[in-house]
Amino acid sequence: MTEPRGSALGHRLAGRDLTAAPDALNLLESSASADSADRQDLLRATSPAVLGYEPAGHVVGITGPPGAGKSTLISVLVRELRAANRSVAVIAVDPSSKRSGGSLLGDRARIDFDPADKNLLIRSMATGDRLGGLARPTRDAAAALSAAYDVVIVETVGVGQSETEIADIADTVCVVVQPASGDALQFIKSGIMEIPDVLVVTKADLGQIAQRARRDLHSALRSLGATKTSVVAVSSVPPASGITDLIDAVDAHAESVDLATERAGRRRAQALTEFAEEHGRKGMTALGGRRAAVKEVKTLDPTLDVPQMVAELLRRAEA
Amino acid sequence: MSDHRLPKPDRPWMMRTYAGHSTAAKSNELYRGNLAKGQTGLSIAFDLPTQTGYDAGDELARGEVGKVGVPVAHRGDMKVLLDGIPLDQMNTSMTINATAAWLLGLYIVAAEEQGATEDQLQGTTQNDIIKEFLARGTYAFPPAPSMRLIADMVAYTVTNVPKWNPINICSYHLQEAGATPIQEIAFAMSNAIAVLDAVRDRVDESLMPQVFSRISFFVNAGVRFIEEHAKLRAMSILWDELGRERYGVTDDKLRRFRYGVQVNSLGLTEAQPENNVQRIVLETLAVTLGRDARARAIQLPAWNEALGLPRPWDQQWSLRIQQVMAFETDILDYPDIFEGSKVMDGLVAEMLEGSRAEMAVVAEHGGAVEAVPYMKAELVESHRARIRKIETGEMKVVGINDYRETEHSPLTDDSEGGILVVDSAVEAQQTDALVKWRSERDQPAVDAALAEVARVAATPDENIMPATIAAARAGATTGEWSATLRNAFGEYRAPTGVGEAAGSVAGDEELEGLRDEVDRVSEAIGRRIRILVGKPGLDGHSNGAEQIAVRARDAGMDVVYEGIRLTPSQIAASAVQEGVHVIGLSILSGSHRELIPSVIGALKEAGAGDVPVVVGGIIPDQDVPELTAAGVAAVYTPKDYDLTQIISEIVALVAERNGVAQSA
Ligand code: B12
Ligand SMILES: Nc1nc2c(ncn2[C@@H]2O[C@H](COP(=O)(O)OP(=O)(O)OP(=O)(O)O)[C@@H](O)[C@H]2O)c(=O)[nH]1
Ligand SMILES: [Mg+2]
Repeated sequence: MTEPRGSALGHRLAGRDLTAAPDALNLLESSASADSADRQDLLRATSPAVLGYEPAGHVVGITGPPGAGKSTLISVLVRELRAANRSVAVIAVDPSSKRSGGSLLGDRARIDFDPADKNLLIRSMATGDRLGGLARPTRDAAAALSAAYDVVIVETVGVGQSETEIADIADTVCVVVQPASGDALQFIKSGIMEIPDVLVVTKADLGQIAQRARRDLHSALRSLGATKTSVVAVSSVPPASGITDLIDAVDAHAESVDLATERAGRRRAQALTEFAEEHGRKGMTALGGRRAAVKEVKTLDPTLDVPQMVAELLRRAEA
Repeated sequence: MSDHRLPKPDRPWMMRTYAGHSTAAKSNELYRGNLAKGQTGLSIAFDLPTQTGYDAGDELARGEVGKVGVPVAHRGDMKVLLDGIPLDQMNTSMTINATAAWLLGLYIVAAEEQGATEDQLQGTTQNDIIKEFLARGTYAFPPAPSMRLIADMVAYTVTNVPKWNPINICSYHLQEAGATPIQEIAFAMSNAIAVLDAVRDRVDESLMPQVFSRISFFVNAGVRFIEEHAKLRAMSILWDELGRERYGVTDDKLRRFRYGVQVNSLGLTEAQPENNVQRIVLETLAVTLGRDARARAIQLPAWNEALGLPRPWDQQWSLRIQQVMAFETDILDYPDIFEGSKVMDGLVAEMLEGSRAEMAVVAEHGGAVEAVPYMKAELVESHRARIRKIETGEMKVVGINDYRETEHSPLTDDSEGGILVVDSAVEAQQTDALVKWRSERDQPAVDAALAEVARVAATPDENIMPATIAAARAGATTGEWSATLRNAFGEYRAPTGVGEAAGSVAGDEELEGLRDEVDRVSEAIGRRIRILVGKPGLDGHSNGAEQIAVRARDAGMDVVYEGIRLTPSQIAASAVQEGVHVIGLSILSGSHRELIPSVIGALKEAGAGDVPVVVGGIIPDQDVPELTAAGVAAVYTPKDYDLTQIISEIVALVAERNGVAQSA
């Protein structure tokens, strides 16, 4: 008997067979109930529990206001990363139209790619009815792809920073702002925006104002005690500048944190959210209320994937 | 003397025919024939590789060499093209933009070889890059260096080639991309400001009046010809104002609004194509009737515009329209016939008010260069609205959405369907000829000349023209000059404008029904239907692809559209990576027979051979069987004006290929 589709794709990804990625994404995006078991198999096959290690791929979130220059920046980032021979998957999320449900997946058009490059994948996703800057399958996709690619970049839709969920799925979050927009400063000061791991000021080619913005943001962050956040100014239009600084800052962040713990923490939080969505107040009460549930989830095996954690919570709730 | 007659009739405008195809020699023959028929100026159509800076033999040139214009790769080609045409007397218009500096260089060298000097040369290089980003698509370099090349050319010609019009600010193409009259005026004027401001940084202030006077316009005239005439009067008022107020031009003569025109082609139909003749005649009235805003030069499309390329006979018919208008009617006998007209003054006032407001919006965006994404999105939106009016019947187009019953037209009876078909052997010939040219030239001299072009490109304070002319003289090619600058400046992809177009307004029941169907099929497949709209090759006709993309989104699909000028392998890679359910390709430039099979081949190679492909554009009936045999599921042409209908057929195709049963 041939291996079921989901675990076959998962194993191929875990074996770094990048040609499996488009089909794996088709499966993860599928909402058909007939695909549900395959989907779970795929996630399982790429989870730390089954792999025996944290997937090595570094998940980098790129978020920021509409038109800040996220996609253009990703285009040059990809070029640099590929030149350093690191494989890259980009998940670019675009908004869906409320009225029609359709979308124009426009980020892709801004990201140059060489069609012969088998170590680069660019995939668009539409938000559907979700708020928060991501699509429903983005989390699973990033998790699965991180088992196969060196770097997984996730571009959120252009959002006011308060809405973004990117911190729940990325190892490193880069917030991208334009010079002179003032948004970032305000958001940070008012506490609306979570403090990013890396703050990127784009359009450095515009000169003075970009450098000034970089300095202002830098001191604003320091005054808030955010000493870890690096602030980088980049230009994504030729002649590009600041890109290696950015890559260094992103890499440095990854090295400064304990990825396994961070990711397990995010999986636990996600499992709790999904459990609450699926089983409502009744489920939470069965776990002894929210505070008890938060404690409960911390006792779960940290290498489990999210569906497994949800299943385990359910088992305990029913016990 | 009465003041309702001129003492003597005016001289007619310059009459041109936009022409060129296959090879320099073939096009030269065509030009001589046209001049013999009474044409008074030349208008050169270059092929798309020449316009975008690629030589025959380049992967990107495939299918396009000699198709929609003449390939000119080096001074040898230019010499053959203009052989026997005295350049010290001829007035030549060249539709060339990204590579304008290079083609002007070749022209100057060809003239030099004929013994003509730079100060004798008369003509125009189109050289308007902003409208290439917005509507026409033959750009090569990013905005900033592109603007520098333009400024360099203006600065160079104003002293060295003083009778040359170094740039034609184009509003023509904006209307062809859907612009309203107000957008046409406002975007073109804003564009002119961006150019003049860029030149001001590169010439001595005292030359600015001279510079201002060398800027001419290339406009459009639609079939609502009274309103269109008002548009031109408004433009001439705005231009005069701009010269006086912004650039301090005190000499009235130097502030005159000079324009050439090609009349509207977007409204010319594939169905009952003979009706296009009356449309063309009426549109010509817009630019000839009123003396105060009359065109300096006119070129007309032909009756078979929406079918394919015109043959010499078709172009002759259009030239004869101009000649009848100028020489048989009494148009040229009177002073301005609209002077004092309440209607005309009212229309002009409306136009002025609207365009001043729109110019202010562009200025708020930081000027025309910075406002390219804004203007592009506005054009896509205007075109969406225009098409919607045709679909609902609010705007009548005879033979399309009304009066469709027709006798058989004998005009398309010949074996080629009434159009010019370029011999596909031309591409190989031109490629071979280029190999020969390269083997016979002084290579070290060429290398040195190109190195100098690279050096100047990297030195923003220097003018690119002298090094360019030297490289032309040395025997460099169009592709080499362009590659040198691509290296120095980088490349660019213009915005598509589709993301910002408004969704269809409520109350479109047909579309509502289609959305339900898209939801149903998506649900059954497990993912929302995903379509890739692709434009392979150098073809820059984006209208159709943009409007299909917008309507597909409005119908509820997820749409991948990456803009123009993609290779077949790029399209195939995108289709695979994005997991699309269907691919729609759009080609209007006539390269479908080469490029569609290439895309299908690339899809098979990439493992996506089972994804259905539909095709739209200017596809002659006789080519459809060949495309179907190559695996194309459906072909759409301009006759198929109902976009919702097209999209619902695509949804049905996706349903069928994915085993989704028809809805009850
Ligand atoms: C508008 C236009 C332009 C505009 C384009 C603006 C733009 N951004 O699109 C401008 C003025 C810039 C232009 C320039 C040129 N043009 Co032009 N242009 C036209 C014109 C008049 C109309 C095309 C159009 O936009 N129609 C409106 C849209 C909505 O219709 P459509 O694209 O046909 O789409 C419909 C269907 O075809 C179908 N469809 C199309 N695509 C798709 C895709 C999918 C997926 C599906 C399902 C359906 C579909 O659905 C649509 C619904 O009705 C045609 C002639 C004509 N009347 O058709 C010439 C025409 C296409 N142009 C022509 C030429 C030669 C040029 C130039 C190359 C000239 C030159 N030598 O420089 C230039 C250069 C352009 C370039 N970079 O490639 C030729 C092509 C000749 C040939 N095929 O043999 C034509 C046929 C005119 C002619 N007879 O000479 N052009
Ligand atoms: N001058 C300059 N322009 C830039 C730079 N980066 C991006 N842009 C321009 O800014 C505009 C928006 O860029 P995008 O990359 O699409 O921005 P985005 O944040 O991805 O936008 P959304 O996905 O729509 O939210 C485009 O016109 C870019 O060309 C830069 O470094 N310098
Ligand atoms: Mg983006």
